Amino acid sequence: MIDPESARSLWFPIAAGTDLAARHVFHARLLGRELAVWRADDGHPNAWENRCLHRGVRLTIGINDGAELVCRYHGWRYANRTAECTYIPAHPADAPARTVCNTRYPLIERHGLLWCAEAPGPATSLPELPDELSLTMRAIPVAAPLAAVRTALIELGAVHDGKQLHGAIGEVLYLLQPVDASRTVIRGLLRPAADRSRDERTDRAATANATAYGAADEALLLEHDERLERLRRAIEADPARRHDPDDWPVVAPLVAASLATMPEPGAEGRAAPLRLRVGSMVRTADGSVLEIDLLPLDADAHLPGATPGAHIDLHLPNGLVRQYSLANAPGQTDRYRIGVLREPVSTGGSAWLFERLRTGDVLAASVPRNGFALRRDAVDTLLIAGGIGITALASMTMTLQRGGHAYRLCYLARSAEHFALMDRLAPLGDALECLSGLDAAASRAVIAERLGPYREAHHVYVCGPTGLIGCVRELAAELGWPDEAVHFEHFGNAAPLDTRGAFQVRLARSGLNLTVPDGQTLLQTLREHGVPVPSSCEQGACGTCRVAVLDGQPDHRDVYLNAAERKRGDCLMSCVSRASSAALTLDL
Amino acid sequence: MIAAVQTPPVDCAAATARPATDPVAQALWHPLCAMETLHQDGALSTRLMDEPLRVSIAGGRAVVQAPQRDGATLPAVVRFGYVWTRPDGVDDPHSGLFQIPEYDEPDRRNVHAATVGVRTSAPRAVENFLDMGHFPFVHTGVLGAEPHTEVREYEVALNEAGTEVLATRCRFHQPQAAAGAAQGMLVEYVYRVPHPYCSVLYKSCPSDTSRLDVIALFLQPVGQERVRAHALVSVIDDDSSDLAIRMFQQSIFAQDKPILENQRPVRLPLDPRAETPIRADRSAIVYRRWLSALGLTYGCLPAPA
Repeated sequence: MIDPESARSLWFPIAAGTDLAARHVFHARLLGRELAVWRADDGHPNAWENRCLHRGVRLTIGINDGAELVCRYHGWRYANRTAECTYIPAHPADAPARTVCNTRYPLIERHGLLWCAEAPGPATSLPELPDELSLTMRAIPVAAPLAAVRTALIELGAVHDGKQLHGAIGEVLYLLQPVDASRTVIRGLLRPAADRSRDERTDRAATANATAYGAADEALLLEHDERLERLRRAIEADPARRHDPDDWPVVAPLVAASLATMPEPGAEGRAAPLRLRVGSMVRTADGSVLEIDLLPLDADAHLPGATPGAHIDLHLPNGLVRQYSLANAPGQTDRYRIGVLREPVSTGGSAWLFERLRTGDVLAASVPRNGFALRRDAVDTLLIAGGIGITALASMTMTLQRGGHAYRLCYLARSAEHFALMDRLAPLGDALECLSGLDAAASRAVIAERLGPYREAHHVYVCGPTGLIGCVRELAAELGWPDEAVHFEHFGNAAPLDTRGAFQVRLARSGLNLTVPDGQTLLQTLREHGVPVPSSCEQGACGTCRVAVLDGQPDHRDVYLNAAERKRGDCLMSCVSRASSAALTLDL
Repeated sequence: MIAAVQTPPVDCAAATARPATDPVAQALWHPLCAMETLHQDGALSTRLMDEPLRVSIAGGRAVVQAPQRDGATLPAVVRFGYVWTRPDGVDDPHSGLFQIPEYDEPDRRNVHAATVGVRTSAPRAVENFLDMGHFPFVHTGVLGAEPHTEVREYEVALNEAGTEVLATRCRFHQPQAAAGAAQGMLVEYVYRVPHPYCSVLYKSCPSDTSRLDVIALFLQPVGQERVRAHALVSVIDDDSSDLAIRMFQQSIFAQDKPILENQRPVRLPLDPRAETPIRADRSAIVYRRWLSALGLTYGCLPAPA
């Protein structure tokens, strides 16, 4: 008998390294549980629960695109390493909720095998095996419980060490993988044939090509393979060894309670749970831009994934909180790349980063948020970047490029020396158009031409100085582009924060009646009364603190909403907006 | 080795047999076969809710016999071209089958398009029929195509009597909505779920813009994890042959089948925390709540109390 509960803390081989062929998803089983095992192009092997979180379809029938695993049913994409869902095609305008994350199981690659422990305990470790065992035998599946296979191996002469479920006969070490209550896989490791010189073997190991063995090794593998086949037939022919015990129960992981219902607005506040280490800092664009790599504290750790258009809040040691768009490649979780423009009249953010920041410094940061999400359902996407506005758009173009979508990137800068992030943009080729030194009229003419009259399912994204965004929005409106096809993100709100005049708010869900006094923002009042609202820029530019309005007339004052959204009056930015009517009713 | 001692947690594979005595499901009319098939073959052996049944024709009427009940007969009605029966044996004319008024319109072509065996539960198959989000990924180039993947907001509600789920204003971009259409367009659907294991779809009719084509899916729960899916197509179409209509429906079913057979658990989980719904799944959420309210368990994993 094997106790499946205590076995869940042990390490078992579940696949050979060669089973994880490029862009393949391997179906593995351990202790009754199904696993989707796949290797990304960066070499990292993943072992996940074999179910898409959405509708339970096996991920082993999904698509390994090299960086993400894509579900076959609705195209949900899950990132290498973190298993976070990065994209939900049914709602292309929304960034997925951060907590949509598949269940991962610990996986280690050693001796040409992939070892998995469902819930490794502190006292369990991988079995210590001699390094010379470098030949991996073909896996032999046996329709019999583990105890029966183990007994048969011992009868054949395998010596087992009493701790792990493995044993050796001569030059072969046998390892057992309990698939479920009635099935077991025998895996074997061999020393390479003795007639080969040590130097030759070292060369062979250096090429790390497990399949490139010589004729003598092949004969050895065949001999042992035949021996195991005979054993398998003998076990399966013996009715006493083939009894069908009860199935092992497998607990399906539940999704987080917050995900079990339809998405609601988050309530995380201005939290900074991440700690990031400053890696390389490079000055580009004639010294006006600082490109910074922010790394996890632990070199092997991975950061929460970022969708294209996402930004993080950086909490600077001088007390300022600033938002920076991420120029990350799709699926990149080993670092966040940001670009900081040196502002001639800095309010303290860019000056601090340019003058004070050093490689190795640690900064607190929020998890990535996205108020500028990229749709991937466009027939064609036009991206217009002005200056440092390229950061968010660089991430978008890399995503569109990888997905094979049609797009054009028009990048405007002051002079030919003022282009940043060129290492990320160079591979875009003809899709990238760099324009420098144009005056306002010339920029306007170029933008009008690139936009052209609106065609269905075309989208434009613009990020850059306020003037550029205004120009693109104005031209797009003239050319018949509807508001929902024009996406923009401001760096900040040029209008100073104005908190004059008190007004009343009624909170429909919590039943509170509050007064926002003269001199205070709505967001501050809400927080004082224990109503948590997430926020980021607190200037009405990023959209994080958006709140639904049920009744009353908001006085918007933000730069996030478009004209149609303002006119509807069904939401406001709680960090800057006030009331034109005497009172507002909010969906809080 | 230590002997296994454990409390039974939630079973993902749902292998533990639940007794197939769901009084709610037993009191429903279930389809068994198309009359057309019965006329061809004279008689047919099939299964319904794990019970073998024999369907035959006697005196021009369909007869359903239950060999495990000493050959007793079960009630039989013929509706929409299919033979239906009730496993509880109650032949109550007042608790009849739902209506599809369009079926009886004189100028309609009613085609029995397919009967396909699928290793899934009846509620999983209903949810798949209601789902538009999979069109670009599963029915690529036919019912949908990337990059047009968005599921727009739609209306869904349970009727006042609590007998039917209705989803309206369901719109989806289809690459070739009608034969001969040169480019893609938004197609509008209406879905009815008038029976826990049946759904009726209405879509715009290419030959008459004032009327709607009907595609109905009737699931025969052979077991908790096995169905026969019967498809009825009721269209105003003088051009397409029966064969062309069947080929189209069967190719769509063939694309859904491998997806449905790879869903785990096979039974529909009614625990809200088992899966992750998005706004596009509102019809499925209403459907699952309806099943819970009905107390129907056959083909489902009921939510923990």
